[in-house]
Amino acid sequence: MATEITGMVQRRGAGLWLTHLAMIAGVLVIFFPIWLAFVASTVTQPEIVRPPMPLWPGDQLIENYTAALFSGVNVPVLTMLGNSLVMAVGIAVGKIVISLTSAFAIVYFRFPGRNLFFWLIFLTLMLPVEVRIVPTYEVIAGFGMLNSYSGLIFPLIASATATFLFRQFYLTVPDELAEAARVDGARPMRFFWDILLPMSRTNIAALFVILFIYGWNQFLWPLLITTDPSMNTIVMGIKQMFPSGDDLANWPVIMATSILAMIPPVVVVVSMQKLFIRGLVDSEK
Amino acid sequence: MATVELDDIHKRFGAEEVIKGVSLTVADGEFIVIVGPSGCGKSTLLRMVAGLETITSGELRINGLRANEKEPMDRDIAMVFQNYALYPHMSVAQNMGYGLKIAGLPRDAIAAKVAEAAKLLQLKDLLDRKPRQLSGGQRQRVAMGRAIVRDPAVFLFDEPLSNLDAKLRVQMRLEIRQLQADLGTTALYVTHDQVEAMTMADRMIVMNAGRAEQIGTPLDVYERPSTLFAAQFIGSPAMNVLPAEGGADGLRVAEMVLPNPAAITGPVMVGLRPEHLYPDPEGPIGLRVRLAEPLGANTLLHGTLASGEAFTASLAGVHGIGQGGTMLRLSVAPENIHLFDAASGRRLG
Repeated sequence: MATEITGMVQRRGAGLWLTHLAMIAGVLVIFFPIWLAFVASTVTQPEIVRPPMPLWPGDQLIENYTAALFSGVNVPVLTMLGNSLVMAVGIAVGKIVISLTSAFAIVYFRFPGRNLFFWLIFLTLMLPVEVRIVPTYEVIAGFGMLNSYSGLIFPLIASATATFLFRQFYLTVPDELAEAARVDGARPMRFFWDILLPMSRTNIAALFVILFIYGWNQFLWPLLITTDPSMNTIVMGIKQMFPSGDDLANWPVIMATSILAMIPPVVVVVSMQKLFIRGLVDSEK
Repeated sequence: MATVELDDIHKRFGAEEVIKGVSLTVADGEFIVIVGPSGCGKSTLLRMVAGLETITSGELRINGLRANEKEPMDRDIAMVFQNYALYPHMSVAQNMGYGLKIAGLPRDAIAAKVAEAAKLLQLKDLLDRKPRQLSGGQRQRVAMGRAIVRDPAVFLFDEPLSNLDAKLRVQMRLEIRQLQADLGTTALYVTHDQVEAMTMADRMIVMNAGRAEQIGTPLDVYERPSTLFAAQFIGSPAMNVLPAEGGADGLRVAEMVLPNPAAITGPVMVGLRPEHLYPDPEGPIGLRVRLAEPLGANTLLHGTLASGEAFTASLAGVHGIGQGGTMLRLSVAPENIHLFDAASGRRLG
């Protein structure tokens, strides 16, 4: 079996077909709920509640999506999408800026307490939002930042993971490069802008994708601090669409909202895929 | 146009003193090679001149002005690093022009200077390439170009050829020397390779354990090594060193008696360069050959003396001497016998 030898790298014949079959089956399993959500977003309310559930799209697509986007249940989905976008981009950009600069300080400067600060930052890895949610709420409320973008964004910005990632990346940048820049006359910030930042670009892209999705998917924190429906983000907004008590859930609109909520992360991932993979695979030194 | 003066330079890393007082005056346009084994402090010395390391004590003067506290960019130097240290995301032209850009030169002036340097280094067709698209030798040239465009007072080279293959190294060695001579720029060049040191230097500094063992022209160091260390470090294969006793009838090395030109008495160390030995049936040295290495132009003979000490001779031409314990008698001219103090390793006579 000569083909067996190349097994891991390149399958041929039956192996190839089997691999594809397994892959397609996997995709179907994962895709099916999304398909159901899409179908549900294109039919009328009575059609959904009457079994069996429809498996093929209906004719209400435009009506349902228009209803979701422009009126929604509590607040137009367009508003929630906007809020989510501001929050996700704010968190991603904020985290990247903070961690780029803090990693720069930790790696390239010798100052008293450098290690202490690094470990303090590192410690926060062990403190996700949920753990510190009560004190954080207290602080944000004290600053009067409830129901505001700053309240949504700032508590989630400080990031040990990103700082750590950039620290590790900077450590792989040869010292000679910093020295060459110094001989060339570059002050530290100039070195940061002209050399370090462009070299980090693939890492930044990869991190942006991860952090954007992280920000977009935030649920608990926005749920806690946005009481005003016009500040709701979409991920928590979907939950808010479920009626309390005996009201009927407007399933087609809720499903349309779910589908809409998925689009921006998908767009970000697809559009930055190339850079993203390059960022994970090599760091171009 | 610049002179560089090092005045009793010391460097301490914590409790450890790595440079123990080096003084040197480099004339304008001179090519100085700092050579020594790894860990001798040669790179540290260069980096102190560059301003990448602080000077613990002593004074560094560039063009007569104290430079100890100056930032690298204010010292009017340019440095070529061992791994080239090219900025990976910039093109060749951008790499070369970066220093000028920081200095605030207008764009067309930078382009003109870069073009001029590129012409000098045959990099014209590569200006738009990224460093990763270049071969080792080309990267080396770009690193040189980056140093040249700034038109510095002093070039500093930190083992720039150590990442190249042997053939390219010989070629780049010539190119660097030629370029430096054409530009007339003072240069300090660090290497661990004694051949590079011999071929490139106007004067060389042989460093050992943080000290300058000898400062002089390559031939000076070769012909009159001032210490045992310099004697053994310069020259290939290394000098044979044997303990001896000086007396009226000559130098007694075990049971051999060599001429004693300076009539030195007492215990000494005798240094004999392998290439200064010649076959002589009446010669005082008896070498039992263990291994012969024919190199074509000459043959290296490794073996032992009657006293059991390892000894190497380099004889001209190809010899049909086998490996099997041939006994060979050798002689050496009195002027080629180097004598060193047994205790201090200083040259005698």
